[in-house]
Amino acid sequence: MDIRSQIAMVFHLDKCIGCHTCSIACKNIWTDRKGAEYMWWNNVETKPGTGYPTKWEDQKIYKGGWVKNGDKLELRVAGKPTGLTKLYHNPDMPVMDDYYEPWTYDYDHLFEAPAGTDQPTARTISLVTGDPIDVKGGPNWDDDLSGTPDYGRNDINFNNVSAEDQEAIFQLERMTMHYLPRICNHCLNPACVAACPSGAVYKRGEDGVVLISQEKCRAWRLCVTACPYKKSYYNWTSGKSEKCLLCYPRLETGQAPACMHSCVGRIRYLGVLLYDADKIKEYASCPENQIIDRQLDIYLNPFSDKVIKEAKKNGIADSTIEAAQKSPVYKFVKEWKIALPLHAEFRTMPSLFYVPPMLPVMGKMTNGLYDSTTENLWGKIEESRLPMQYLANLFSAGKPDKIKEVMKKLMTVRYHRRKVTVNDIDDSLIDEAFNSTGLTADVADTIYRLTSLVKYDERFVIPAAHREEAIEMIESTDDRKGSAGFGEKLGTRRVF
Amino acid sequence: MIDSFLLIGLPYAAIFIFLIGSILRYRFYGYSVTSHSSQFLESDMLFWGSRLFHLGIVMLFLGHLIGFLMPGIIISLTSSTSGLIMVEVMALAFGVLTFVGLVFLIIRRIIVKRLYSVTSKMDIVVYLVILFQVVTGLMVAYYNRWGSVWFASALVPYLRSIFIFAPDISVISSMSLLVKLHAISAFVLVGLIPFTRLMHFLVWPVYYLWRNYQLDIWNRDQKAMRASKNTREGVKPVNN
Repeated sequence: MDIRSQIAMVFHLDKCIGCHTCSIACKNIWTDRKGAEYMWWNNVETKPGTGYPTKWEDQKIYKGGWVKNGDKLELRVAGKPTGLTKLYHNPDMPVMDDYYEPWTYDYDHLFEAPAGTDQPTARTISLVTGDPIDVKGGPNWDDDLSGTPDYGRNDINFNNVSAEDQEAIFQLERMTMHYLPRICNHCLNPACVAACPSGAVYKRGEDGVVLISQEKCRAWRLCVTACPYKKSYYNWTSGKSEKCLLCYPRLETGQAPACMHSCVGRIRYLGVLLYDADKIKEYASCPENQIIDRQLDIYLNPFSDKVIKEAKKNGIADSTIEAAQKSPVYKFVKEWKIALPLHAEFRTMPSLFYVPPMLPVMGKMTNGLYDSTTENLWGKIEESRLPMQYLANLFSAGKPDKIKEVMKKLMTVRYHRRKVTVNDIDDSLIDEAFNSTGLTADVADTIYRLTSLVKYDERFVIPAAHREEAIEMIESTDDRKGSAGFGEKLGTRRVF
Repeated sequence: MIDSFLLIGLPYAAIFIFLIGSILRYRFYGYSVTSHSSQFLESDMLFWGSRLFHLGIVMLFLGHLIGFLMPGIIISLTSSTSGLIMVEVMALAFGVLTFVGLVFLIIRRIIVKRLYSVTSKMDIVVYLVILFQVVTGLMVAYYNRWGSVWFASALVPYLRSIFIFAPDISVISSMSLLVKLHAISAFVLVGLIPFTRLMHFLVWPVYYLWRNYQLDIWNRDQKAMRASKNTREGVKPVNN
């Protein structure tokens, strides 16, 4: 057992209102620079839709993630040694037009235009060439356009949804959409780390944050291709790749990352998960139909004595173990099993989990009416507007059963709360719901509470970085012992 | 006089600048050592430009290196007519590949406006010097034919004399101007390395071939410290 601690996240999609506050908070802090304008370390997509960069999920185009070849797990793009042949030109790498050409506006013209009969306008100016451009796309160009042929219909997750269901979802009355906020998944088996020829991309041992050393990056760009979520970006000015760093300077001081802190809908949760690093290889290369279960199996119970003992042996601080026990992510992912990873089939073992969106889950229309009765407990799920197979393609590696289980639990919580607050549902129905989902009234109340009521401190349980050891984040104090004191770089040894 | 300056002084200056400059650049401005890929801004033309150019130039470099270090191999290869023709055709083919690739790259730099914002002055210098180098190389191949035969007897002694600190330019002085220009511009190119993006070939990531796929870095690896007999951490992790 090699127990490590991972900062993991849960996004509750039912609560996301698609306001992009997270994206802006991130942009203002990290990527408002030349060469980084086009990067959105945090972005919010409309689903069904093609996302950003366009069709990022289609690995036939972008060759991201891992692929199982016999018993071996291989990078889809090219691992050792063929990756080195892609340094000169990598045909699978997304280019600027797959994201968008960043632009600004010619504001000066509003003031300096000569007097005339027309109102002066501020034209769009490319931030790359400085020329006027016609803007053809942007990071959220598909906002709320999930019913359109360009975006909704080109969503790759519809590939194995029946033609009938596909047609149905694009009928005006049945259109549906939800938002999908995305950041770096800080995977347990990151493909970007594995693909970097320079060894610049690494996973931080203490908290599992995946970072790119700007000193070591040599612009070989394989991380951009290898990341199946397209969350590693190439800075075209500095010639270095950059990615979400989970606001680690904020994490180290116990604050939530900017995107999470600013989230208006309070959809985001962050906490510690303990996992067994020895199992990564085995679980990541499991058979296709076990992917989603294996990924959830790797996380350990932080209350188990054995796990605690092993964790301490591995140097994990008591405060981190305590944080793991209080972790809201552990509750969502392991205790209640209502949060699932996005596209686990890429086999990178992402650390970001989503509570799938339940609404609109209204049943099929009959005679112009929605089926909103409670007569058939799960009818709304079976007949939901958004095909279960579609959600399964996003969140459970294509297994609809898994999604249905989660949906039933979420529905049960609602039935229960309706019973408590309105009291117009039969006890027998509630009991049936509890029986078939395995939830209890107490658990349902806790889920309800954590979903809707809790404040900052319970949504973000961040273990201290131990201020007393803060200098050790930079250097080993022991190396300085007996020299010139902390803070002095020069030793006391005589030179001349 | 001018010959001894360009064929003795310049090479030593270039090699000195290359050695010291590269070390200093890597040590103190290591951040700036990158390939500065522009594929993100333009990919289609780069495919032809970069692939052809790099394939050609790497093979030519290896060919020159083998000719210099192991002239015996080339001499024995070229002793038969068929071997001679094979070596010459291969060399010329890679030369043409390099040239075509380079022309692609230069045209791409000129016609793709997005690239203007990432093209530095030194990039232009590099393009010009490499273009001169490749063109003189091709001209030598055409006008001073069977270079694979005379390289060993005419230029290897000169190059060797440079590296053993006993410069002797008697043979190369009598060579044609083209050959001299080709040699001089090669040394200029070597001297330019620390000041340009040419640095990227020094950091070619060969280490990737034997490293583990996954890389974890601890700021302070408690486990390693506990396992170590030395109470001190020893080698500190290198990160940002």
